Parts: sequence; structure tokens; C-alpha cells
Amino acid sequence: MAVSKMVGARVKRVEDPRLITGAGTYVDDIRMVDMLYGAVVRSPIAHGRIRRIDTKAARERPGVVAVYTAKDLQFAAPLPNAWNLTGIRVTRHDPLATERVRMVGDGVAFVVAESRYGARDAADVVDVDYTELRPVSDPERALRKGAPNVWDNAPGNEAYRTEVGDRAAVDAAFASAFKTVSLRVVNQRLIPTPIETRGVVARWDRGLEQLTVWSSSQIPHLLKTNIAGVLGLPEQKVRVIVPEVGGGFGCKLNIYAEEILAARAAMLLNRPVKWIEERRESFASTIHGRGHVHYVEMALSREGKILGLRNRFIADLGAYAQVNTEAIPTLANLVLSGVYDMGAIHSELIAVYTNLPPTDAYRGAGRPEGVHAVERIIHAAAHALDMDPTEIRRRNLIAKDRFPFTAKTGVTYDSGNYEANLDLALTVSKYAELRAEQARVNAGGTHLMGIGVAIYIELSGFNPSGAGGGIGWESGTVRFEPTGKVTIYTGVSPHGQGQETTFAQIAADELGVPFEDITVLHGDTQMVQYGMGTYGSRGTAVGGAALVKAIDRVKDKAKRIAALLLEASPEDIVYDQGGLYVGGVPGRAVTVQEVAGTAYLHVDKLKNEIDPGLEATATFDPTNFTWPYGTYIAVVIIDRETGEVKLRDLFATDDVGRVISPLLVAGQVHGGIAQGVGQALFEGARFDENGQPLTGSLMDYAVPIASELPAYVLAATETPTPVNPLGAKGVGEAGTIGTTPAVANAVVDALQQFGIDEVEMPITSERIWQALRNATQTKKGGRR
Amino acid sequence: MIPVAFDYEAPATVADALKLLSRLGDRAKVVAGGHSLIPTMKLRLAQPEVLIDISRIAELRGITTDGNHLVVGALATHAQVASSDLVRRQAPLLAEVAGIIGDPQVRNRGTLGGSLAHADPAADYPAAALALDVEVVARGPRSERTIPITRFFRSLLTTALRPNELIVAVRVPKAARGQGGAYVKLANKASHYAVVGVAASVQVTRGRISAIAVGVTGAGSTPRRAGRVERALLGSPPDVAAIERASASAAEGLDLLSDIHGSAEYRAHITRVYTRRAIDAALGRTGVARAA
Repeated sequence: MAVSKMVGARVKRVEDPRLITGAGTYVDDIRMVDMLYGAVVRSPIAHGRIRRIDTKAARERPGVVAVYTAKDLQFAAPLPNAWNLTGIRVTRHDPLATERVRMVGDGVAFVVAESRYGARDAADVVDVDYTELRPVSDPERALRKGAPNVWDNAPGNEAYRTEVGDRAAVDAAFASAFKTVSLRVVNQRLIPTPIETRGVVARWDRGLEQLTVWSSSQIPHLLKTNIAGVLGLPEQKVRVIVPEVGGGFGCKLNIYAEEILAARAAMLLNRPVKWIEERRESFASTIHGRGHVHYVEMALSREGKILGLRNRFIADLGAYAQVNTEAIPTLANLVLSGVYDMGAIHSELIAVYTNLPPTDAYRGAGRPEGVHAVERIIHAAAHALDMDPTEIRRRNLIAKDRFPFTAKTGVTYDSGNYEANLDLALTVSKYAELRAEQARVNAGGTHLMGIGVAIYIELSGFNPSGAGGGIGWESGTVRFEPTGKVTIYTGVSPHGQGQETTFAQIAADELGVPFEDITVLHGDTQMVQYGMGTYGSRGTAVGGAALVKAIDRVKDKAKRIAALLLEASPEDIVYDQGGLYVGGVPGRAVTVQEVAGTAYLHVDKLKNEIDPGLEATATFDPTNFTWPYGTYIAVVIIDRETGEVKLRDLFATDDVGRVISPLLVAGQVHGGIAQGVGQALFEGARFDENGQPLTGSLMDYAVPIASELPAYVLAATETPTPVNPLGAKGVGEAGTIGTTPAVANAVVDALQQFGIDEVEMPITSERIWQALRNATQTKKGGRR
Repeated sequence: MIPVAFDYEAPATVADALKLLSRLGDRAKVVAGGHSLIPTMKLRLAQPEVLIDISRIAELRGITTDGNHLVVGALATHAQVASSDLVRRQAPLLAEVAGIIGDPQVRNRGTLGGSLAHADPAADYPAAALALDVEVVARGPRSERTIPITRFFRSLLTTALRPNELIVAVRVPKAARGQGGAYVKLANKASHYAVVGVAASVQVTRGRISAIAVGVTGAGSTPRRAGRVERALLGSPPDVAAIERASASAAEGLDLLSDIHGSAEYRAHITRVYTRRAIDAALGRTGVARAA
């Protein structure tokens, strides 16, 4: 490899100037002659039968071109669900509800009009007559006898049940334990809330019989394949273009009804159709995240060794199976060993249908829920054993010489040096000083200080065929242009992750061309070779690895061309920082720019021995997931009288493998932390018993803003992964996964002296106040 | 988030605005900064046929003095009030509250008159207006009248303003010697409106509380003065125990709200605690030392 200059350097994002100055093009910026606008008529009730839909008044409004209900539209297939888990009760998801609505926000009609305002006005006067059915809006209540059935073919609302580990071994561990602890931990529903909501523009080219769909998506190619499938079009006649995307966090890793509806309407009307999601629609009909209730227990030896972990959890799937709805909860099972060498593990997952929006991938997707359960219960264990929470963790860490390590959950960790990471975190946070300060603050009487520790692990680099049969391979193409400039085409679909920068850094070093001479393209299926998109912290770990393979191939070809030009043997050519020379004779050299020019424009020099052109494509399918980890330490200050909680400090020490772009890694960690704090202290989708949203807009759903967050302190250890040539593990979800349990543990750490061992998230001032009040009353009333 | 179609009028004078109001009645809504009305319209909860935009009326702007009063034009934005030297000197509590409403965008658009006329039960301004005992100057088609703030807020989102009246200004008594004010707020984490907000204005003369007014917002369906607290403390020395005792009754008589942002029980508790803290903080700004 060439001398590293760009990789590891603090390079600013090349994406930023256009995004910051408003020069980026998002879906809603696309305007076309003759364009129509769509609006979805949505169910105002959570459960009911559709008796009648009267579209007459809507159709008669000025500017309305069409009003479609399910009866008016034909599809080759329902909306896709990528997973068919064993024993699952399969449900059907149509682009518009046919006979029954199953959640508030379910689409029942699609209005198309000459203007966006006209479409919205017409949607308001579509008259739908429902017979209301009793809904169920809580996953645990959904499992109770007598609960209404969301799906007739899933009586009792159970979608599936699955388990990992060894139940008998765990029972034995608990039987022999010195101490056991148990908690009920709720991982509440979250609303992804990207700044840019979803949006679609669809255009049918009658002459070419080609459909082009612009969508705010994380998965252009998979979207293309699935649009073709649902609409019954030949796939080569479908093109998907993903322009700038204003945040995804997993919620745009999906195939949504509106992408299909806009496309079908464009085909039927032979005019472009745009649909832009309103914020309230986004809250009601884009997927939600999380939605788990964990009953977690831990068995411990006198010395604090983890003998066994027992977990049973209920996952709220919501009303429909979107693309990954069913699979996401199963990921929680795969992280239950955390960074610890546990004696035995058993976990059972019960997935449940409810009359709420579908859950699916949201930053972390299954892993935050599992890690949270483990990190909360180990905190409880430390308290029960009167041990420092860092000490109990240290005693159970998997030692650095035991990798690859196969956990009791059945998964194999790639690499790690957990103790070094913990040590660095303790140093950076001045942990001992924090504990001393805590004693002083808590003696003062007015405030309570809490220190929370969490060591997270995640499986990243989604989604290798070699570990679980995934389809998460990736592609990359490197093309030298005749002038020696470089275009990179990647199958990943960055939407904030910054691979236009990261990949240019990698290519600049590997190819020895100036960083400015490289452009990274993505997101247009007609331009870029097939790829899997961006999700699951895979962009660099998998897409970057494919790029490195393609770079190696293009360099090989450059050497062969140079060999011809220099009249040497290809094996003797050295490729060094953009120059190719004959080994030992640096004077006999050409630049890679000269080689590129030759490859395209002076092909006579190739003597028909080498094909013209200088580009290469490669794909990469990793053998395993990567397993990033890190130690997070949070400090909270609680107002004893009001319960108000302030996150004062957040120390994040991550190990995400080899770091390509430190500034972007820090950015990802920062954003992740904000969302992790969001879950711990701010966010939570709430519904009443009728399935009506109580947090239907940003006036009621709280996301943290900058002024409510502390300045984070970041540190890093770097343990490369052996599963890809870059050594990078992925960082997209790290901050989210580590932060939530660290903050929750900090709150409990502050309150534990009152016998409080759990406060449900989001941890609001009122919940803390109630917990303190209940604890005081219990104390007064004696032990109950 | 698309409102129903509406007509738009932008009168240049108060007289023209009042004519429009009289003619259109219920069909129209007055808009100034639009930071309460427009979001409601986008949710289609409000569907006025006509918007009367008063934001171009020059005579509603400006901050001046009139004897012992500051006269703040109805169109003064929160940002203008917060940064006005006159307000900061003569009614620092008003400037303080103006400076924490919403965010910079809201403060650059939202107006004092608009906030009071909308009478959102969780808005910040009403607490300060009550604690400062301001007067609302309302002009109708025939005459102008002055409404004491204690008679202004009637019930949820309802004020003493008649349908054909406009707020033209707010008269704020200038701060007196020995007077201090403070506002404390538990913010709704989503909207940043007050779950509970308490503003207190206290004057200490010769070691005793000679004037006190406490305005409570957010807790109940209407912003209210904490009259019982005021009466308990008026004339007493400003000592910690007396304030604590008096504050215990701060939530009495409030029609307490209860929602996902705070139960009635919690709002009552916070009202009591924050009343005490607001009075303590206000006393701290009178320049008079408190007895322990």
C-alpha cells in the first residue's frame, strides 16, 4: 500500500458545501412539466372494516385528476417482506387497505391532482365509512386472553416465537447462583424523525416503456427490484434514482406503499406524479423503531462472575410486516452476551402484532434493545453484589487472546481488546474523581449525581452470507477517465454517512491521485452497478472493502499497460503514489495519468494485447459480521425536589476498527449519542387505548436539541477487524447503542440509594419524581 | 401540513384592520407573527376564510414610555422586547421572559400582542404579564379601552378581547426601587412551551414585602395569579419559611391540566416548588437580603 496521507486525516466532508448552501437536490426539489401531486387518504381509526368509500366529492373538486382506492389498482404482488422466519404467521400488506384498516394512518385511497394543495383538499373530502373494531395498542395486552386479533390468521396476535441459547444450562446456573437479579426493562417505541420526510417522484416514459422513480431511500437497487416485482414490470425497465437524502436512520431502508402508488398513478395517467410526506404522516405511517419489553435475569457467583443470563422479551411488530419488521427483533438475541464471557444464556422472543405502525430498522435495530437489557441487568448485578459497575464488568470481559470468540448466543466475535477500551474510558472520564464528586454532591441534599457505565457491542457490516445467509455483499467500480481523473461508483447509498469523502480518501491513497481528482457516485440504478445500499453500519466496512478490491484490479491493469509502455514485464512494475516504474529503475517511469490516457486514446500502444479502457468492478461478501464495541460513561444530575434530570457529561470511548476518516467517525458518534440520549431522556411514541397517537407531531414528540446536550468527550481504541481488507468495523450505530444504557444506568445510579432499580424510558422528570415519591412512601410504610 | 385555502388581507392602518374585522367577524383571524395560528392552520384545526395580516401596521410597532409605564407596541417581537434597553432597564422580567420564548426563529417573528391575544395556556408571556400587572390596550371600531391583565384571560384560549377589537399596545408599570422579578419554567421537551412556568415580581420596603404578584402559566387551563400566595406574603418579612409555607397553596384554585407532559398531580407539585423558587429568585434581585 502507498504511504498513507488521506486515510486517517481529518478531512472535511466534500458533501458539505452543497448541502450547507442549499445547493443539494432532494426529491421535493424535483419539478417537471405536467407534474401531478398525490395525497394519501388515511384511516383515522386504528382498527375497522371499510364498509364504503365514496370518492365522488373528491373527484369533482377542481384540479383533481384521479382518486384511486384498492379496487381501482392492480398489482402483481403485495408489498414485500424480506424474511420468512420459521413458524411465522404470514400477513399480507397491500399498497392500499382492501377490506380492513389496522392502524391510524393506514392508506385507503390515493388522490392525484394538479397541485399539492388541491390533492390535500380533495383527500379531506373522500368519505370513508368504517365499522369500528376494537384495537389493541400495547404488545403485552395483545397477548392476553380476549385481546382483539389484528390478523385473523394470527389468533392471540403472536407472530412467531424464537429462542437462542441453552435453557437447561441457564436453569442450572440459576440453581447454583450466589445471587440473582431481575428487571423488567421497556425499550419504548421511537419515531425515526429524519429532517427530510419521505418523498417520491415517479415518471412513466410511454415511448421507452420505462418507469423512473426518484425516492428518498437508503436502498436504490433493492427498491428497483421490488418496484418491478409489485408492479409486474420487467426489472430492466425500472430505474430508481436516490438524490440527496435528509436522514434515514433505517426508516428509509424499506419499500413503502407510496413508492408503488405514485408509480402506478404515473403509469395510468401518463404524467409524472410527486408525493411528499407530511410530518404527521411520517409519524403515523413511516416505520417506528424499538418497541420491546424485556424480562431479564442474571445469575452470579460470589465473585461477580456471570453464571447465566435469562431473557424473555416481547417485540411489538405493529400492524404489518414491512421489509425487515419481523427480522429486527431477532438481532437483539445476538448481542445478549455483550462483551462478556457468560456461563450460559437463554433468551426467548415473542413477536406480536398490534394496531400500531409497523416497527422496523431504526438506528441500531435490535441491537440497542438487547444491549440495553444486558447493560441494565449487569448494573443491577453490581448493585446487588455491592461492587463497582466497572469492576463487575472487568471480571467478565472476554480476554483479548480469545478471538475469534464464539458466544453462548451462537455468534462469533471477530476481534476485540475490551479491557484496554474500558481502561481508556476510565482514564478519560477520570472515573475515580467522578465517584468522589458524587459522594460530595449526594451529601448536599438538593441534587443527586449518578454515574452510568455501559459497554456496548454490536454486529455491524450487514449482512454477510457467511453468517446467517444474508445478502449484504457490496460492489464498487473504479474508473480512470482518459484525463486521469477518477470516478468511483459504489453500490452503497450514503445519505449522511459521507462516503463521497471516505471513499475518495481511500482511493487517493491507494491510487496515488489527488483527492480532488476523485468523485464518488451512487444512488442511480441506471448509472451504478447493483449494490445493497446503506444500513447496518455497512457502508465503509463492506462497500469500502469492495472498493479496495476494485482498486487492486484497476492497479493490476495499469501495471500491465505500464509494462507495455516501458517495455518491461508486468511483475517488475511498481505502482507507487501514482507513478509506475520498473523496479530498481525509478527513471523508467510513467504516471498513472499517462497510463489512463493511453488506455483510452492511444490504444495502438496496447498492441491488441490489452483491452482498452481503465476501470474495474469488484464485489465483496464478508465472511462474518464485524463487532464494534465501546465504553460509554454518563453523568447525570437530578433535582431531588422536581425530578428534573440533566445529562452533564458523556464520555464515549469507541473501538470501530480501523478509522478511515476521524472527523466523520466523530460526526457519526455525535449524532448517535444525540439519538441515544433521545431514547433515554426524551423520545417515546405514545398511543391511547384506542390506538390514537398522543405524540402525533413534533409539538408532542420530543427530540433533543443541541442546547439540551452536553459537549461530548470522545476517545478511541483501534482494533482492526480481520473480516475485510480495510480493517474497518463500522460506526453508524455505535453512539446510539452505547449511550442509552449509560444514561439510564446513571439515573438509576443516582436513585439506587432509595431502593429504585429501574425508571422507564424516556426518563422524564415526572417519572423520577414519582419513583422518589413511591420510594419514600414505601419506606415510611415499612417494607412491603 | 397544508392549510385550507384562505384569503389574505394586509391593512396598512389600525382603522383599516378594524373595518375588516367588523365586516368579516368570525370568518377572519388576525395574524401578526403567525407562530401560533399558522401551525394550527397547517394541522387544519383552524380554517379561517380570511387572514388579516396586521404585521405591516406601523403604528403598532415601537417601545416607548408614558409616565410610569412602558408602552410596548402589540407588534413588538420577542427578540425586540428581549433586547430593548428600555425594557431591560424598566421591566427586566418582561425582557427575561421574552428572551427564553421558543427559539431565535420564533422570537424574531412572534409578537407580544399576538401571544397575549392567543392566550395559549402554556405560553410564557402570560406569566410575566400577570406578575408585572400589565394593562392591555384594546381598540375597537369606536373607542379604545384598557383591560387589566387580571381580567384579560377568561378561559382556555379565550380572552376579554371583543371580536371586533385589536390589541394595540401593552402598558407595563416601570420597575420600582426594591422590586425584583424572576421567571422559572419547566419546559415541555417537545414544544418548549411551559409545563409549568411561574413569574414572580416582589418589592421589599423597609424589610417587608410591600408588593407581590405571582403569575402561573402552563399548570392550568388559563394563566392565573397565585392570589393566595400573594396575600399570605404581603406585608410579611421575606423569610425562607414564610415563602415555603405560602407557596404550598400556589396550585389551589387552578384548573389543572393533565396530559402526557405532566399529570395534574405533578403540575401541582411543580407549581408549588417553582412558585417558591420564583419568589426566592425575585427577592434575590431586589437587592434586599433575606432572613434565613
